[in-house]
Amino acid sequence: MNEETPVLRVSRLGKSFGETCVLSDVSFSLPAASTLSVIGPSGCGKSTLLSLVAGLSRPSEGEITFPRDCRTAFIMQDYGLFPWKSIRDNLALPLQLQGVGRAARHEKALAMLKELGLEGLEMRFPMQLSGGQRQRVAIGRALISRPDLLLMDEPFAALDAITREHLQNLLLDLWQRRRMSFILVTHNVAEAVFLGRYIMVMGQSPASKRLWLENPCFGNASCRNSDEYFSLIRQVRGALEENSRERLREARS
Amino acid sequence: MKILDILLRYVVAFLAILLLWEAGALALGPYLLPEPVDVLHAWWQAMAGPDMPGHIRSSAVRVFSAMLLAFVTAFPLGILLGCRKRIDRYLSPMVFLTYPLPKIVLLPVFLTLFGLGDMPKILLIALTCGYQILVVTRDGIRRLDARYFEAFRTLGGTPAQLVRHVLVPAALPSAMTALKVSSGTAVAVLFMAESFATQKGLGFLIMDAWGRGDQLEMFCGILSMSLLGLAVYESCHIAEKIFCRWKKLEIRR
Repeated sequence: MNEETPVLRVSRLGKSFGETCVLSDVSFSLPAASTLSVIGPSGCGKSTLLSLVAGLSRPSEGEITFPRDCRTAFIMQDYGLFPWKSIRDNLALPLQLQGVGRAARHEKALAMLKELGLEGLEMRFPMQLSGGQRQRVAIGRALISRPDLLLMDEPFAALDAITREHLQNLLLDLWQRRRMSFILVTHNVAEAVFLGRYIMVMGQSPASKRLWLENPCFGNASCRNSDEYFSLIRQVRGALEENSRERLREARS
Repeated sequence: MKILDILLRYVVAFLAILLLWEAGALALGPYLLPEPVDVLHAWWQAMAGPDMPGHIRSSAVRVFSAMLLAFVTAFPLGILLGCRKRIDRYLSPMVFLTYPLPKIVLLPVFLTLFGLGDMPKILLIALTCGYQILVVTRDGIRRLDARYFEAFRTLGGTPAQLVRHVLVPAALPSAMTALKVSSGTAVAVLFMAESFATQKGLGFLIMDAWGRGDQLEMFCGILSMSLLGLAVYESCHIAEKIFCRWKKLEIRR
């Protein structure tokens, strides 16, 4: 297995719920230590794609393969933290489920809190934290078992613009240090471009791959002001607008 | 400071009750309602003798062991009914058909089946409280937000770990509330159960004193029974505070 071996290969993936087809003929490969942003209109099957990759549901067609030894972790939109567990115990839960001893998992949880800038909050409960802090804990919980592939379903959707930007920077920073791969499902064009080495724009009804872009300015936190960044945003927005126009035409006919 | 505040409020409430009691005693006369000072004095003297502590001990052992028995049986069963729909489908009709039955009417049956010892009394109290805990726990699990199940699935836990890390802590606050609410009923059932076929316990003491027309001793028994009720309620309250700290924080928000 060499560096070129992808971490994930998706071929001709389809998913139907009864008669309704929500995902059709999606194929792509994600190289190791790389990131993919999936963007598309609401209800286009982005989250379905993610839950299929996470193994939370089974595909109706096609297949998902992990050519490398791959450990995945999932971050949900509403953080998925357990309100009855302290921040430290929420963070350490994946390790506890794997049978890691108390002292070792607490030590790792505290180190993770430090990395996330949440020192001193270990004995608090999730409801005592702000939305941004909770999402940091959710990111920490996903990263604590050192996953090879991180799956995120609109993780920053409920946050204000500034917190959102801080967390985008944190995620990029964590990626640069850990080099895990990640797939980010979002409906925010700027976020998709900032965090995606690759950007996949999905079409609608049933959702399929509409556009696949490579992002040359990915990995640079200061790229938000570059021309390439804006050009990519224009391209993604153009594809999304074309989606809307098609839907409108279909609705009229 | 907080403990002092709580203590102060209890003392004020106690004094208010004494005042009302005193007013009632003056209006009704000492035979119907002895004065609080006389009852407190007699109670204090009775506590120094061997009889009253013995009666209190017998009643306390019965009520606490019954509530413990109710909790350790009804709580797991409630979780099982809440998360296993197939079992719930068969057992729930049985539970709901027998739930409105006043369990105290089974006292003669229990005395016949289990003899004259502590067993029938403990079982009767446990049955009365157990139903409330069972129904509330089952409903608590059924109403549990599906996102907690999904979040746990993404972490890859086993069904046994799901019970430990999600179902038990999620159902505990409502079960503890049910336990607290049922503590009043438990003491009432204890009184009834101790009125028959026993010579130990506060129920016996009260009924025996009443039969002999010894108002002062009867009221000493009533006072002990009230204090026992308070102890049971406060024990449930303390247990709730220890095991469901997160819920208190959530309510305060």
